[in-house]
Parts: sequence; C-alpha cells; structure tokens
Amino acid sequence: MKAVTHRHLRILSVVLAVLVWQVIGWLGVFPRHLLPWPTSVLTSLISLSASGELASHVLISLTRVVAGFIIAAGIGIPLGIAIGWSKIAESLAEPVLEIVRPIPPIAWIPIAMLWFGLGFKPAVFLIFIGAFFPILLNTVAGVRGTSKVLVEAVRTLGASDRDTLVKVVTPSSVPSIVAGLRIGVGVGWMCLVAAEMTGAGSGLGYMVIYYSGILETSNVMVGMLVIGAIGYAMSYAIEKVEDHLLRWRE
Amino acid sequence: MAVIELREISKVFSATSRNEKDVEALRRVSFTVKDGEFVCIVGPSGCGKTTILRIIAGLEESTSGSVLLDGTMVAGPGPDRGMVFQEYALLPWRTVVGNVQLGPEIHGVDSETRRKIADYLVGLVGLHGFENKYPRELSGGMKQRVAIARSLANDPKVLLMDEPFGSLDAQTRTMMQDEVLGIWGKTKKTVIFVTHSVEEAVYLADRIVLLTARPASVKESYDMRTSRPRNRLHHEFVEMRSKILTALSEEVGRENWRA
Repeated sequence: MKAVTHRHLRILSVVLAVLVWQVIGWLGVFPRHLLPWPTSVLTSLISLSASGELASHVLISLTRVVAGFIIAAGIGIPLGIAIGWSKIAESLAEPVLEIVRPIPPIAWIPIAMLWFGLGFKPAVFLIFIGAFFPILLNTVAGVRGTSKVLVEAVRTLGASDRDTLVKVVTPSSVPSIVAGLRIGVGVGWMCLVAAEMTGAGSGLGYMVIYYSGILETSNVMVGMLVIGAIGYAMSYAIEKVEDHLLRWRE
Repeated sequence: MAVIELREISKVFSATSRNEKDVEALRRVSFTVKDGEFVCIVGPSGCGKTTILRIIAGLEESTSGSVLLDGTMVAGPGPDRGMVFQEYALLPWRTVVGNVQLGPEIHGVDSETRRKIADYLVGLVGLHGFENKYPRELSGGMKQRVAIARSLANDPKVLLMDEPFGSLDAQTRTMMQDEVLGIWGKTKKTVIFVTHSVEEAVYLADRIVLLTARPASVKESYDMRTSRPRNRLHHEFVEMRSKILTALSEEVGRENWRA
C-alpha cells in the first residue's frame, strides 16, 4: 500500500510540474514563442523523433560521453589505487593533480578546441577532464579507507603486497570507486553538453544551441529534457550496477 | 612439532610527536609454549598482551629479543602462524567458503583441493549449510567460527587468538569456549590465547601466563592440572581463579597507583 502511494506521488510530481509550466504559459509571463507550452514541446518531440534527428544527436552524444568516461575511469581508477597505496606515487602525483583539479572543466574548452579542433575529440577530452577527478579522488579515498585489520588478517595468511592489493584493497575500495563513477558520469555529461554547445556540429548540446539561434524554442526544450532524462538514466543504471556489485553490503 | 619460544622480548613504541613520550610496552618477556599446548595470556588491560601476540604473528617487530618457532627465528607474518582477531576480520564481500579458502588461494592451491579443505573446516566449526552466506548474515559467534576455520585452512603450526570472544555475549562466549576446546582436541594445534577474563583462561588453558602491569613482563606462570571439561563451580576451579585474580589485582593496583 505504502509503495503504491509513493509511486503515485512520483507521478504526481511530474504532472504538477507540467501543470505549473502550462499555467505560466497561460499567464503569458513569456510570449509563447519563447516559452512553448507542454503540448508544443510534445509535438516537437514527436516530429524530431520521427525524422530521426533526435536519435542521431542522442547517439553521438552518448558515444562521446561513453568514450570520455571510459578513458577517465581507465586512468582514474588505476592511478587512484596507486596514489592511495603507495606514498611514492602519492608524492609524485598529488602536487600536480592538486593544481590542475581546481580548473573548472569549462575553462578547458578554449585550449581543447585549439588542440583537438571541433567535434568528437575536444568533447571527449572535456568529458575526460570532468569525470576524471571525481573518479580519481573517490578511488584514493576508498584505498585509504581499507580496514587495517583486514590487511593484517590476510598478511597473517601469508599474503604478499600484490595479494593484499588484489584481494583486499581493491575489492574494499569498490563502493567508493562506484560512487566516484556515478559522480563522474554526471559531471562528464554536463561537460559534454557544454563542449557541444561551443565546439561541435552535432550532439544534444549542439541541437539546443542551434535551435535557440533560430528561435525554435520547443525544439530547444526537447533537447534540454532529453539531456536531463539521459543524465537521470545513466545515474540510475550505475546505481543498479552498484546494488548488484555490492550485494554483500550491510 | 610446534614449540614457540619467546626470548627476552622488549618493545618500545616510539613517540610520534614532540609532546608524546616513548611507551615501553614489554620488558624482557620470556616464556616457552610446548607442542600442542594451550596457553592463555592474561594481564591488566592495556599491559601489552595483544602486542606479544602481534609480535609472534609478525605484525609487529620487537625492539629487542627474538621469537623462535621450532628453533627458527620468526620474521614477518607467515602461514605457519594463524591469527584470529577479536574483530573477526572477515572479508565482507566473500562468502563463508570464500573467506575460509583465502589462505590456500593465496598459496596457489588448486580449486578442488581448496574446496575440500574449506568443506572439512566449515564442518569442523559447525557451519554446514552456511557456506554461501555473507558475513553480514552471520551472528558474532558464527563469524568467529569462520575466522577460526580460515586461520586453520593454512594448516598453521600455531594458532594465535587475540581476545577472540571479547565482543560476544556471555552465553555465546561459553559456547565458543567449548567449541574452541573441541577444535583444539581434533587438530592438536599449539594455541596461544589472549584474554582479559581470568575465568576464561582457567576454563581453557593448560597453562596461564600472567603478565605484570606496563611495561609487561611475566609475573607468574600457572599450570592447570584439572582435567577437562572443567566445572566452573568446582572448588579447585574457584580457588585457581581467585588465586590468579588476586595476583592480577596487585598489578591493576600498581597501575592505578602509577597513573
């Protein structure tokens, strides 16, 4: 009974938001060509889907985010394990990383465009920059948070450094690493849209900026809502993976 | 054969900051544990019982003195000495079998043999039917059974137990004491068991080593001659217990006086 009620509330939340949107439209706060009504956005969604335009933008954006995210995870996780595990790696890597980290990903856009031109590569690079640090820092925190008594326990069983790293430190960091991946994919997605708005001729970010330029606001809003929906879906997917990987957790 | 010999073990923990002082934990601790013997170490809390065990396990280095296992000096942890921790220290992402197999797995034993070892040990500690449970699904007593099975999987010469039942309720604790005596009877391992409960020591041990307050050294060693299972209400048991408690309270008193 309780679950059903909550489900209803969730649906109600969306319905109410659309209603508020429509009421603002009726009140004429913005003219209709600047704030299209939900019905026009729905119509645009249908026509953009039917023409295949939306799908091609979604596909290219997803390809970029997945590529950038995989590179970020592929470097961030091993490097994070190294920094968390070895004092030498920590001292070597940390000063540089601490200086680079506060630079907002958006601030990388100009140089990314100079280095990589337009399109796929600068976008992937920006996603990498955005996703890398959350993944790295969470991995480091996970490794450092490894229970000392677990490490000692496997040492008394005869574990070498390598055994300890593989059998204790890495698995015990998984919850933290997955949390980093979830944050990383979110930040990466935001960076992607920013990159596509400035330096690309395709993708959801490009679609939004293009249609705003020609005042097709209902298409702009389709783009924005799809960006939101995909961001939500990716975070949800990682959460499901997390539940499965961490089923041993309390 | 598994004879453990401690020769004049001393341990000083160096101060880690300027306003700390060096702490002398152990001062020339010497005793010998015979093959197959069940020895309990008791002493005032904070006196360094656990430190002794950790030095034997190789998790801590002594400042001076040496530990000999069958005449060979111990350096660093090794599978010849199994350790059971008060906090169980089970890997939470591994099932019961996964935890028990850990030692053999580290030493490259093939999976079929590992499976057999785990199967035997899970049975030995009375956990058949729980093979595929995760630690979070087990009670404290069951977790400690898993930890004991895991430390036995390497077939160590010595079993080191660091207040293994310290966080269990009284009832479970009593049960686990009988359990550990049963396992000891079947495996004939040499056991060094640290506890702060004199009663537990009198119930379990062949011999009790009583330590002084810090810096700890051996104050007294008591041979327990009564046969097992021991009756906690028997006058011999009660006498031995009060004799050791009296000696222990002298040490606790000294510590308080110093503080």
